Amino acid sequence: MSAVGQRPGRATASLRHRLAERGIDPTLLLLVPGLVVAVALFVYPFSYGIGLTVQPTAAMQEQWGGGALANYVAFFRDPFVFDSVWLTMRLALPAALFNVLASVPVAMVLRHRFRGKRLLTSLLVLPITLGTVLTAQGLLIFAGRQGWINRTLLELGLVDEPLKLVNNYLGVMLSLIITGFPFAFLLISSYLSGIDPSLEQAAKTLGAGWWQRFRRIVLPLLAPGLATTFVLTFVLAFSVFPSARLVGDAMGETRVMSLMAFRAFGEQNDYTMASTIALMMGAVELIVVVAVLGLRSLLYRGTTGGKG
Amino acid sequence: MSDFESLELRGVGRRFGGVDALAGLDLTIRAGEFVALLGPSGCGKSTALNCLAGLLPLTHGEIRLDGRRIDTLPPERRGFGMVFQSYALFPHLSVAKNVAFGLQMRGVPRAEIDARVRAAIDLVKLGEHAKKLPGQLSGGQQQRVAIARAVVLEPSLVLMDEPLSNLDAKLRLDMRTEIRRLHQSLGLTTIYVTHDQEEALSLADRLVVMREGRVQQVGTPDELYESPASWYVADFMGYRNILPATVVSASGGEAVVELPRVGSAGDGGVRLIGRAVGGLGAGDRARVAVRPEDFTVTGAPRVAPASTSGGGTTGDAGSVPGSVSVVEYHGREFAVGVQAGDTMLHARATTAPDVGGAVTLTAPVDRVLVFPESLDAVVVAPREVAA
Repeated sequence: MSAVGQRPGRATASLRHRLAERGIDPTLLLLVPGLVVAVALFVYPFSYGIGLTVQPTAAMQEQWGGGALANYVAFFRDPFVFDSVWLTMRLALPAALFNVLASVPVAMVLRHRFRGKRLLTSLLVLPITLGTVLTAQGLLIFAGRQGWINRTLLELGLVDEPLKLVNNYLGVMLSLIITGFPFAFLLISSYLSGIDPSLEQAAKTLGAGWWQRFRRIVLPLLAPGLATTFVLTFVLAFSVFPSARLVGDAMGETRVMSLMAFRAFGEQNDYTMASTIALMMGAVELIVVVAVLGLRSLLYRGTTGGKG
Repeated sequence: MSDFESLELRGVGRRFGGVDALAGLDLTIRAGEFVALLGPSGCGKSTALNCLAGLLPLTHGEIRLDGRRIDTLPPERRGFGMVFQSYALFPHLSVAKNVAFGLQMRGVPRAEIDARVRAAIDLVKLGEHAKKLPGQLSGGQQQRVAIARAVVLEPSLVLMDEPLSNLDAKLRLDMRTEIRRLHQSLGLTTIYVTHDQEEALSLADRLVVMREGRVQQVGTPDELYESPASWYVADFMGYRNILPATVVSASGGEAVVELPRVGSAGDGGVRLIGRAVGGLGAGDRARVAVRPEDFTVTGAPRVAPASTSGGGTTGDAGSVPGSVSVVEYHGREFAVGVQAGDTMLHARATTAPDVGGAVTLTAPVDRVLVFPESLDAVVVAPREVAA
């Protein structure tokens, strides 16, 4: 500013501009109500929960040692608790993988126009409206010892004794697929519709058969969406609770982490141990999510040429 | 590069839900020809192209390449190159990989792929951009990648679906020249779909004008420009003034028409003499077509009625009185809008007339075309032109 006669330090710009020059944007004030709610309803309870985990009961400290970290020692040392990590993974990983992989061909087929498409889509998505409890109830009636499936099979003489389809690993897996598949299918359908159909047409005119078109064009463009869908369905399946109890084997092979947390809280009145298990549940989920999203960052994530 | 003699379309048609998007398309294309399909959106020109590419199955007719039926082949086995309106470049592959895609699908050895990709990229002058993703290129560059990707396969036929419609006006001119250059230097056979008559006239050896799924006229640019078969084709060929009229008398290839909506009300409208195209009789409803550049704008209104002068082909068609309502500067000339009765007529003038001033428009008889109003009667046998 070389203007003569202008008093130094006296800017003519408005207050908003002067603040902006220092990187202060008054519209950021609009964030305040949201921040208050987030702190009150999430940050505070979450920190409180973490605080609880390092205040173990006297019994825990005596049994496992480790002082303030007794709950963590117990978590890693007590096979009854620690095995639940593996038992939950054994359900959540295959369920999420199946839901994602099975959704891809179904969503590919349902892109085309054909008679009855709307009905088929509705039937596929309908289970999302059922709660997990309703699904479990349905499974018990349909696939239980006295269920329709077993009675039909027995009447037809195909089996000598009822198949064990529920109250075990298979029952929980079925329930996770019934509730998780529509979710994965819907997400992947929307990712697919974001890929410009003329890309596949172009690949066709360049001589690519259906597998080459899928492998070279559709799959690379869909892959980031598959990773996101996998993460979401995995988290959904990992926190399985009602079906693990209702159609699973709650103290045996479907002794998932959320059941262990509930047991610590409800049966042993050990609120601090329940918090510890819940926190470790989050940690395991985080490890998987970070790993998958890390792989995703290696993929092409630009435009897919379609309506996005 | 074109390793065939002729491509024959016989009665090709495509129905969508009971509506003919394309019907009875007969066309024979010789190797090396540049054929443009011209028409407004929805006229069936893109449908025809997609049928040729195999992206849409035919519902009628057949396509033969040197007598061999190809309409039953899937698109990946026809070996045609296609350039899409949206370019349809693979966004996750570099320019070089986009161009190499088709060669890889055909199992060409790697060394040969590299050489041919490099040659194709050099051909469209994108050598320095070979490693970039399509998203990092401008519209014109993406367009050139799309063309390189199609021609690197040395296809027997290149299909182009409005390839220039997403570019700005200046780039469109450059790319137009570029496409014609590639067509000639590579000896391609090209079928080009467009709604822009200037593009079609400047690029093509032969034009196919389409309307509502049917061919209206086939001919060289010169034939279509000089003698359109219907007012619909005339409309595409720069006859900007298309006026409803009634035939007063018709004889010897000339017709006298009355323009009811031109001129002041009460006197029955203005009369013009024009060249009759198609069968016309007294009392028929007709359309009169005149190019803006064929109108002469004169300042003083003239009174002599055309119908009494009986002018020959070199005489005046008559005169239309009106008043100047718009004058646009176009560089070498002025575009003049003349209000005559209810109708706005378009003319050209070398000097700018005063807006609001009374003027008279005149045109030579052979530059005024009179067509029957009905378009359905027009049947034009496709004419073949050796390349």
